[in-house]
Amino acid sequence: MHGTHRIVSKTQLSEEVFRIEVEAPLVARERKAGQFVIVMHDEEYSERIPLTIADADSVRGTVTLIFQTVGASTHKLALKNPGDEIVLLGPLGNPTHIERFGWAVCVGGGIGLAPLYPIAKALKEAGNRVTVISGARTKDLLIMQKELAAIADEHIVVTDDGSFGRKALVTEPLKELCIQVPKPDIVVTIGPPIMMKFCAETTRPFGVKTLASLNTIMLDGTGMCGGCRVAVGDQTKFVCVDGPEFDAHLVDWNGMMMRLGTYKEIEKEAHDRCHLEMQIAQLEAHAADKEPAK
Amino acid sequence: MSHKEDFAMDNAELELAKLRAAPITPKIRLQIPPQDMPAQDPSARRSNMEEVAMGYTPAQAMLEAERCLQCKNAPCIAGCPVRIDIPGFIGKIKEGDFLGASRVIKKTNLLPSICGRVCPQETQCQAPCTVGKALGSVEKAVQIGRLERFVADYERTHGAVEMPHVAPPTGRKVAIVGAGPAGLTCAVDVRREGHEVTIFEAFHKPGGVMVYGIPEFRLPKVLVQSEAEVLECMGVDFELNFLVGRTRPLRALLSEDGYDAVFIGTGAGLPKFMNIPGENYVGVFSANEYLTRANLLKAYMRGVAGTPIYPSRRVAVLGGGNVAMDSARMALRLGAEEVRVLYRRTREEMPARAEEVAHAIEEGIIFDFLKSPTRVLGDDRGRVAALEVLSYELGEPDESGRRRPVPIRGSEQIIPFDTVIVAIGNESNPLISHTTPELHVDKHGHILVDEKQKTSIDRVYAGGDIVLGAATVILAMGEGRRAAQAINEILQ
Repeated sequence: MHGTHRIVSKTQLSEEVFRIEVEAPLVARERKAGQFVIVMHDEEYSERIPLTIADADSVRGTVTLIFQTVGASTHKLALKNPGDEIVLLGPLGNPTHIERFGWAVCVGGGIGLAPLYPIAKALKEAGNRVTVISGARTKDLLIMQKELAAIADEHIVVTDDGSFGRKALVTEPLKELCIQVPKPDIVVTIGPPIMMKFCAETTRPFGVKTLASLNTIMLDGTGMCGGCRVAVGDQTKFVCVDGPEFDAHLVDWNGMMMRLGTYKEIEKEAHDRCHLEMQIAQLEAHAADKEPAK
Repeated sequence: MSHKEDFAMDNAELELAKLRAAPITPKIRLQIPPQDMPAQDPSARRSNMEEVAMGYTPAQAMLEAERCLQCKNAPCIAGCPVRIDIPGFIGKIKEGDFLGASRVIKKTNLLPSICGRVCPQETQCQAPCTVGKALGSVEKAVQIGRLERFVADYERTHGAVEMPHVAPPTGRKVAIVGAGPAGLTCAVDVRREGHEVTIFEAFHKPGGVMVYGIPEFRLPKVLVQSEAEVLECMGVDFELNFLVGRTRPLRALLSEDGYDAVFIGTGAGLPKFMNIPGENYVGVFSANEYLTRANLLKAYMRGVAGTPIYPSRRVAVLGGGNVAMDSARMALRLGAEEVRVLYRRTREEMPARAEEVAHAIEEGIIFDFLKSPTRVLGDDRGRVAALEVLSYELGEPDESGRRRPVPIRGSEQIIPFDTVIVAIGNESNPLISHTTPELHVDKHGHILVDEKQKTSIDRVYAGGDIVLGAATVILAMGEGRRAAQAINEILQ
């Protein structure tokens, strides 16, 4: 039975951020901006996690995933090497609706810059004026900067600690843009939920249509379990099949963030255990190196 | 259901010997009591994932087989959705030719180790059984399901699994969407004709509901894997982690990828929620999510499996079908201190198999009949804290023919829970219909088919829960067979 996908390349972009290129010709061919994949690092015991598609090459038949090691599963994924096989299902979710809106502002926070890139690129190709706001806690976590600069008409870079660009949260330049006349026609925001929530609150008084790409807990990715559900307006939607993008002014952000924390204690335990195992493996490797040849 | 297995098993050998010492008349056959299914002791099994029903011994099987009158009109066959030659295989068991019995079954049913375990025989083949009718109770019918399971298990454990014969290659290709019971069955019958068959499955393992929904303690996953491997040996190709409709549009399979026909068996994977306030609190799960975490992703292996399961102490399960029973019994095994099933009608109206309900009660699950929640109450962290529950009484029958539950005003009570599992049903998963224009569905999302399982699109067929709504493994298999027959006809 086949169905696993081979890792073709792996790059570490910073201490916690990795980029892998995976052989997946059908996914590469079919995928559109805004879609994601579900990944397992092994077929027997791995968790299923959603990761956004940062890029794809339909000629080479590969998709690029950029992720941050925030827990046990992403750590184990980061330990994989070219030649290793992983489970990958996609492309999932509804593609971003791209049209010529006029002036599009794309706001990306941290790892959210990866999925933002294909959307910003598609918006540019559709004839929009594209302003990109790249934000991160610190310089190290800014990714896709060359790629974004290449397609953006304006590129504003901010960091929380001022280690690069302007010292600010993304909402500050966003507000400055919304005040302008004419105001932006659409805002797309991808990043930590709290960031997307505050972007929505920033654009709301100006009546600027704002789309957010949600990153809830997921299991199958096909709409069969409801684990990814979120309240949008007075309806309940499944992020994996109704989304991943929704009107940011209607999303129940607090509910979404609470549901994201469902397994917080268990995840922390698993993460700690993973760190411990990695340390033990490193110690054993050092000890083996030091042993005289037998 | 007896857990006094040693006594029952030794007893069977003795009884068989006594029985066969003299000619056996129909009257004597009717006096043989139905053989109990040996089962794990409830206090032990509520904390393990091993199979609860342990299976007949050869002596028990032969003794049970002697109960069959081999009546000429065989009403049991008409009751079976795939028309197994029931008197035929039971006759072989009587002779002690268990492998011969397996051959009889496999002429029509290629998943007997599964059907023998999960079919609701008491409403299918066993319902019209002459013996049950003569003795005045369906519980006293010939235990056809238990015999089928015995035969399948015997074949497996004696390493004698026979590969179905495959005709020479025809050069035609058929795509099967979904590796659940409908898809697997359709695949076998199409492959037998020599056509190339590819099964596309979204998950990383084949089996569909048999692997994500039905728990390990009712249907060991190794059995499902074995059945899928038989298909592989026949030359059926599996493409796992492939979501038709997204990885590849369905139409493209026909127009670009060279498939001559497609069968859609994508199942009823769309969970129904109650739509009551608080249903999005942390700790409310659809049964699909809860069971998929526990079964397919093995969350019961804490610390080994990467998939977490919510640490539940007081669990409410909403619903009265087999899925509700599975969810409740799984929650118990995952360490819940108390599990209550809330159902708005009474035990009589429950659609769950009587055996599953009985097992659940033995294991200590509590049933709150004539109760249903109106709201989920949460704490300040958005976690489930309690259910507000309304009491009901039964009134006039509704469209399903069952008496309608009528709320008793003012009967609300607050019952503390930390987990709610919603097991009130599933609808057809809409992904294929949403991504395949011109595929006609009804208002429930069920794909519309004619009597040959053909959809509104030429060369595209469908069967199983995606057509019927949430039903059973065996009905899905019946539809898969019919579709295969139609596909084989058009490919001739």
